[in-house]
Amino acid sequence: MNQKQEEIVRVEEVSFFYEDFPAVKDVNLSIYRGDFLAIIGPNGSGKTTLLKIIVGLLKPQKGRVYLFGQALEEFSDWHKVGYIQQKATHFDPIFPISVEEVIACSLRSSQKVGRRAKDQSKEKIEKILKLVGLEKEIKKPITKLSGGQQQRVLIARALATEPEILLLDEPTTGVDYMTQESFYDLLGQLNQEHQLTIVLVTHDYGIVNKHVNKVACLNQKLIYHGEHSEFCQSAVVQELLSGGHHLVSHRH
Amino acid sequence: MIEAIFSSGFFQRAILAGSFLALACGLLGVFLVLRKDAMISHGLSHVAFAGVALGLVLNFLPVVISLIICVIGSLFILKLKEQAKLHGDTAIGILSSSGMALGILLASLKRNFGVELITYLFGDILAITPAEVWLSIGLALLVVVSIIIHYHQLVFMTFDRESALVSGVKVRKLDKLLIILTSITVVLGIRIVGLLLVSALTVIPAASALQLSRNFKSTLILSSLFSLLSILSGIFLAYVFNLPASATIVFLSVFIFLVSLGLRRAG
Ligand SMILES: Nc1ncnc2c1ncn2[C@@H]1O[C@H](COP(=O)(O)OP(=O)(O)O)[C@@H](O)[C@H]1O
Ligand SMILES: [Mg+2]
Repeated sequence: MNQKQEEIVRVEEVSFFYEDFPAVKDVNLSIYRGDFLAIIGPNGSGKTTLLKIIVGLLKPQKGRVYLFGQALEEFSDWHKVGYIQQKATHFDPIFPISVEEVIACSLRSSQKVGRRAKDQSKEKIEKILKLVGLEKEIKKPITKLSGGQQQRVLIARALATEPEILLLDEPTTGVDYMTQESFYDLLGQLNQEHQLTIVLVTHDYGIVNKHVNKVACLNQKLIYHGEHSEFCQSAVVQELLSGGHHLVSHRH
Repeated sequence: MIEAIFSSGFFQRAILAGSFLALACGLLGVFLVLRKDAMISHGLSHVAFAGVALGLVLNFLPVVISLIICVIGSLFILKLKEQAKLHGDTAIGILSSSGMALGILLASLKRNFGVELITYLFGDILAITPAEVWLSIGLALLVVVSIIIHYHQLVFMTFDRESALVSGVKVRKLDKLLIILTSITVVLGIRIVGLLLVSALTVIPAASALQLSRNFKSTLILSSLFSLLSILSGIFLAYVFNLPASATIVFLSVFIFLVSLGLRRAG
């Protein structure tokens, strides 16, 4: 097909066990450039585990993962991958670090030291903070920001390395509804205007569905994977809903 | 009188070695405290005790031998932490008591080095030899330069280990680097304040700086300044009033901590 079909992530027959407890079983999943994929599923269904496998934090006992066409073990272009883990804003409350430093330490971890790199990164940080609407908070300690603002700092940090895919694990837990909505609008904008591929693990399908184009339903196994438009009518969903599973629109 | 003090060779050596050590402790301490590894220097000082005792028994460079043993011990702590079903503080507990026990056993082999041993327990900065001054300067510079070179990676992994891992930061290598640098610093610190109080140098200035700063860079700067202030004025006061330098240094740093705490409450 067209260029849009470039495969960015390929998960092949992946199973993962904690000790001998199976968390993810025989999952096959392809994510294409420009996708906005929502991964949904009940608590403990292996969503976090699957994301950690994709970003290389966990090694599956079975199966293989490819990033940008390269086997994960050989992949080294980590700046192309942005990852925001579950409970990412649970910072150490005494950690003294400004918004600027949070982004700089990530941006400059992969660069050489030197005056020029420093100036360039400063410019870039200012630009990215403007994009997420936090340019005024640049010098503030991150622990002094609201939950919603902290989420935006983490997005800014992830964007600073110019990733081509962004993976987020329940990024808006504990954030009020309005803030969530504007957060997802920002993700939608990044997806639409910047062709950023987005993988979003969420409990709350209702609030994201206007931005999403693909859905994956996980419960150890992948139960459904496909277009968002077909998802709502799919027999799987109907069955799951009537079966009492809280796959959709579950809120804490 | 002041002039006489400053022209004394003992005093000059103490100040020189003390300044470099202070800088290393102040910088390293911030990372240790924020990694919740504050007690690691305490544990490593006990591991170093085995090295000191071995050095005294063999009558061969206790500082060098304790440096080697301390580095080995620190890597062992790291291994235990990663592979056994333990939290870091438990791993430190196991290693530090093993080190202490080994030290006591070795010490019992040779009678009569009570006096020498005591200078290692309580420190004796005025007994520092010129060779030790050079060793201190060299190793302290190594600590400072390593931190500067890996500054951003160290901040990143201390703040958010998982993201640093995903970004390709060599987190495990840097864990090793930090713990080896800590071993070096602890062994150097033992000559100055003794192994019973050396962990104060890496913990208290950093804890004081944390009360007052809003970003990482200022924390590092304040911590180094506090560390310098307490070590240098401690050496000076101890020399003038004939007090034990180690206790004077530690009391001064506790005093700075209390003032910082007060300022934070007030501000
Ligand atoms: N570190 C771990 N050790 C053992 N079991 C774990 C661990 N992490 C998660 N699990 C288990 O694996 C399953 C999947 O967890 P997770 O991927 O976090 O699910 P989700 O993100 O969908 O809530 C759960 O049953 C959980 O209890
Ligand atoms: Mg989860």
